[in-house]
Amino acid sequence: MTPLFLSHYTATSCIGTGLAATRAMLAAGRSGLGHCDFETVTLDTWIGRVPAVEDVELPPALARYRARNNQLAWLGLQQDGFINAAHAAVARYGAQRVAVILGTSTSAILETEIAYRRRDPATGALPAEFDYRGTHNIHSVSEFVRAAIGAQGPAWVVSTACSSSAKVFAAAARLIATGLVDAAVVGGVDSLCLTTLYGFNSLELVAATPCRPYDPTRNGISIGEAAAYALLERAPAELPDDAVLLTGTGESSDAHHMSSPHPQGLGARLAMEGALRTAGLAPADIGYINLHGTGTPANDAAEGLAVNTLFGSGTPASSTKGATGHTLGAAGGLEAVFCALAFTDGLIPGSPGTDTVDPAIAIHYERTPRRAALHHVLTNSLGFGGTNCSLVFSRAGGASR
Amino acid sequence: MSLSATPTIPLAARIAGIGLIGPGLDDWTAARAVLAGEAALEPATTRIPAPDLLPPAERRRLGAVVKLAISVGLQAVRNAEADAAQLATVFASSGGDGANCHAICETLAGEDRLISPTRFHNSVNNAASGYWGIATRAMAASTTVSAFDGSTGAGLLESFALLADGNEPVLLVIYDHPYPAPLAATRPMPDAFGMALLLVPPAQGEGPLLTLSGFTDAAPDTLADPALEAMRREIPAARALPLLGRLARGEAGTVVIDYLDRLGLQLALTELAA
Repeated sequence: MTPLFLSHYTATSCIGTGLAATRAMLAAGRSGLGHCDFETVTLDTWIGRVPAVEDVELPPALARYRARNNQLAWLGLQQDGFINAAHAAVARYGAQRVAVILGTSTSAILETEIAYRRRDPATGALPAEFDYRGTHNIHSVSEFVRAAIGAQGPAWVVSTACSSSAKVFAAAARLIATGLVDAAVVGGVDSLCLTTLYGFNSLELVAATPCRPYDPTRNGISIGEAAAYALLERAPAELPDDAVLLTGTGESSDAHHMSSPHPQGLGARLAMEGALRTAGLAPADIGYINLHGTGTPANDAAEGLAVNTLFGSGTPASSTKGATGHTLGAAGGLEAVFCALAFTDGLIPGSPGTDTVDPAIAIHYERTPRRAALHHVLTNSLGFGGTNCSLVFSRAGGASR
Repeated sequence: MSLSATPTIPLAARIAGIGLIGPGLDDWTAARAVLAGEAALEPATTRIPAPDLLPPAERRRLGAVVKLAISVGLQAVRNAEADAAQLATVFASSGGDGANCHAICETLAGEDRLISPTRFHNSVNNAASGYWGIATRAMAASTTVSAFDGSTGAGLLESFALLADGNEPVLLVIYDHPYPAPLAATRPMPDAFGMALLLVPPAQGEGPLLTLSGFTDAAPDTLADPALEAMRREIPAARALPLLGRLARGEAGTVVIDYLDRLGLQLALTELAA
């Protein structure tokens, strides 16, 4: 594929609102997880909650979109000058030439969950002020962000569970390649809600302790929330060495089960192979793998097997979900930004919460952050329903082998 | 008709297979006769068959939305005599499984918040894509896109871009199912509608040639028949009915399909068989 330039990017999660706090926490190998204190939830579990999301005010013109997910989307847009960069892209290319393609798994379903508690006892009707289109609908976040940045180009949401906001990079790259647009705002926004907390609990996939990816005692996920964005543009002829490029994308399906991965990690392997092929790279070129690494016994085992099959046990790899929790539909976008930071900061992130590495998984797992000069990194996002996506990012100064 | 943006690479595909299920329209054969004006539309509620491809245990877990998507996709694949296991897929829908969402929200509003595991794994917006993969053993890329009333346009754009990128066939499945009360009051939709197009690279197959010419601010095409036009307007998944009408009548020409404000998709249909 033709490499695309990540001209701007930003991330907001429980380890930081914006990049400065995020990179400090990644460098220190610290976790942002806390015991669940969300809404009326009574589960004994740990969550990655972004502080004060519920206090975020939206501009009056966008008031109909008020919902936790869009408040988080707005908070994320304000960080690191991202919204200004998006406005500038709209001004430079023209409003119709900028696409908005975002990933989410549950959008603003929290608002519907709360509205159901406030149904009219006689008729069962939802409260009159409930706005389905502005909040619950899965496209609400892309419609909101498109309006917030003044773009008038194509927009949609990719909702493929936990691979959603990795797949938006692939979709945007294809759309830019058609020539119909010049740039795309991509990323993911997913926020805490009762459906995912109680739903993963019903599958016995949430841990009672902070999650421990790739640890032999791992026993489930910690659910988090995040907003992460990148502005993708065609790469100019001249780029500084530390500029970050999207150079490979690979997508696949497990065709196996709705909620458990292919036991041999076949789908994950196909996605990684696709990403390497489109990047024109060999496994040995990859300096770091940001694993999906949710901390469930089945996911880590299957993904570890796939990584071992393709990369052997020499390539440094880690999961950052012990720091942020699993941010579901925002995880791919968030971890794409972590990959960009890995280049700029020369840092392989560690895996807070992982005390020892499962000896049954033969990969080079990094538990603590460490300095490294990186040229190419790969990130995995493996979703419910067996929808997988791997992305390769490259440092402009080392993009060719 | 002016275009505000045109692609810089050809975005063209042959339509190798079509599937359709809608109110009074059980399959593409029935729909073609109605759209061509050879048969009258008999008012009836949409009949959604149970897909025969999944084992009964798996089939019982499926919501009506997923049955609709899989059934209409299978129609297109079988009409083309294609191998479903080899196909990349794009699923497009304006919302998820409303009945399942209703059941979850009702449980969460109650005292005991025990959600059934099946309910939860059917709650993901890509449930249709997931079950399609399980049923067909297709391991190629599959995506699920949504753009509220513009979901048909989003599905078409993603499919054309995917086909141009990989030069491989793409099955596009577009589907919508009404929500139950009380959600129905906030998102009214008269009935379910699904359609599927098996799009293949122009050099790889036969069938009418469909080209995505670009974006336009021209008004979308409408249908002369009031009942069909109501279907197009009221169910987002039916926005491509004017295109299907041309296909049914064997009529070359351009069609504008609703996508987002001032951003309609202009398509051109050529090389139809006599």
